[in-house]
Amino acid sequence: MHNEASARLMQGNEACAEGAIAAGLRFFAGYPITPSTEIAEELAQLLPRVGGAFIQMEDEVASISAVIGASLAGAKSMTATSGPGFSLMQEGIGFAACTEAPCVIVDVQRMGPSTGLPTSPAQGDVMQARWGTHGDHPVVALCPSSVAETFTLTIEAFNISERWRVPVILLMDEIVAHMREKVAVPDVGDLRVVARPRPAVGPDEYLPYAAGGDLVPPMADFGTGYRYHVTGLLHDETGFPTTKRAEVDALIRRLHAKMEKARAHVTFVDEFMTDDAEVAVFAYGITARASARAVRDARARGIKAGLVKARTLWPFPDEVVRKVAVKVRAIVVPEMNMGQLVGEVERASAGMAKVLSLTRVDSEPITPDEILAGLKEV
Amino acid sequence: MAMPITHYLRIDKMPHIWCPGCGHGIVLGSVLRAIDSLGLDKNEVCVVSGIGCASRAPGYLDFDTLHTTHGRAIAFATGIKMAKPWMKVIVLTGDGDAAAIGGNHLIHAARRNIGIATVCFNNSIYGMTSGQYSPMTPAGSLASTAPYGHIEEPFDLCELVYAAGASYVARGTAYHALLLSKLVARAIATDGFSFVEAVTQCPTYFGRRNRMRSAVDMLKWQKEHAVPLAAAARMSPEELSGKFRIGELGVRTRPEYTRRHAAIIETAQRREAESDA
Repeated sequence: MHNEASARLMQGNEACAEGAIAAGLRFFAGYPITPSTEIAEELAQLLPRVGGAFIQMEDEVASISAVIGASLAGAKSMTATSGPGFSLMQEGIGFAACTEAPCVIVDVQRMGPSTGLPTSPAQGDVMQARWGTHGDHPVVALCPSSVAETFTLTIEAFNISERWRVPVILLMDEIVAHMREKVAVPDVGDLRVVARPRPAVGPDEYLPYAAGGDLVPPMADFGTGYRYHVTGLLHDETGFPTTKRAEVDALIRRLHAKMEKARAHVTFVDEFMTDDAEVAVFAYGITARASARAVRDARARGIKAGLVKARTLWPFPDEVVRKVAVKVRAIVVPEMNMGQLVGEVERASAGMAKVLSLTRVDSEPITPDEILAGLKEV
Repeated sequence: MAMPITHYLRIDKMPHIWCPGCGHGIVLGSVLRAIDSLGLDKNEVCVVSGIGCASRAPGYLDFDTLHTTHGRAIAFATGIKMAKPWMKVIVLTGDGDAAAIGGNHLIHAARRNIGIATVCFNNSIYGMTSGQYSPMTPAGSLASTAPYGHIEEPFDLCELVYAAGASYVARGTAYHALLLSKLVARAIATDGFSFVEAVTQCPTYFGRRNRMRSAVDMLKWQKEHAVPLAAAARMSPEELSGKFRIGELGVRTRPEYTRRHAAIIETAQRREAESDA
């Protein structure tokens, strides 16, 4: 599938932009913010070449709004930002979740809170990705740990968003975003690119929010004669506002049940040396790279360690963690935050394994030695 | 040519939510007559709104319609227009939606001169939340959040939007419904950003607190305070004091944004073809 001729040295942000184009991106709206800006700069170059549209909006609120508008008009759409901009986008992300408008939101995490340390890496937006917007809502968050993964996960982000009509957040971090690595760029024909489900019926019979067995309503684009209504108010199958308890309940429950249908298709977790492991590391993003090294170092010292590397953070891969927790005596969770996903690991492991949180918030990445020390401790 | 107004309405979504005496129905009727006068196909029109009383209008209209978040209608509309530049994108918004929370999007859309026609239903108050002051509430008025009298001056929205760069700005009133329809038609036909301020009445939350108890009182106020441009030209500043001009307040030709973007696509593709050659 890959050939060396197509290997390129790329920056993480560049790989995100290239992956988006490969996935069929045709509309990008964004606002400059470190450390995500190269994504916008790259797409300002690339999008017009494929006939797509690029616009730098007046702020991040406008950016996510324009992205949703373009998506409703049929364009695969994306924005990219970092912490402060991600905060501003939360209302729009909720609108996308409520209206089931496909869109990809890239958050290149930097240290917060507030303006924080704009050029320093962090993993502090994990819970915001899940719960940043108000109300009960489904969301998908993917997290690459390398430049090559950034390319492939960006494509997956679009595929998931279009297939399941859900906003997908690509949670990068400053290190992955600014690192340069080799990426084997697949031929276009080798890529799996997914389109949103389309209505099989004509405008007269179309119910824009009536879903079939997969719980995903087929989506007509604006401008194709279906003339339907989209609102962030809770709505019935016709798309119009409702306050009827049964209809409101049905919408919220379908949005969540849809994600359960999607779960197996959107869960990407890699396991290394977990078969005979007695202790495990659960990690994501750049921290997973240091964790892989720590696991190898532990093995060299006779500690039977393994790694669970999550590329999908939301929905949280409960089942994978549970299966590992059954086998091991302890799970070490290194994070560049004060401990965000560790709570999910504890919940999923349900007391079957001891869980140790390793945190680092001094703007430096967690080292393999720190993780190794954790593995020795448990 | 002329279709009955019901041709453009989702009659099954009636009754509407607006209060008795509200001017929004008159303004919406003017918008629909404008669309009809242009002979637009219903499938080429997309109507976008934000949050508030005026922003409930699109739900009653038989087009592709989008009811967005508060203040963001123009930003959503920008995405639609860029994805499908051939569509006629119309934003229906209120004075709070457009001038307060959405003010930044309004001026930047005008600056870009993107082909979106915006009609601002200006009733000088937040009606949906029952009568708080807006950026268009006149100083000295009473509002639920200005119980001792309002101490801020309103925008001149038309001057603001024209200064920001729009191709077309106009002002009408619910009382002058036929004029309003002509202004909205010109706005929709404009190749660039266009803005119509439609002065309308909220007897329930503005009029009753401000010595205009009925819709009739408020329509009379519009009649007595609106000055057509030709008449205004003959009036002194003193005579115009406390009144407002209606008509086409600014018309100019500037390149439309999505056309300029189409040229960018051509440039990028030509350069790529040249570098491949």
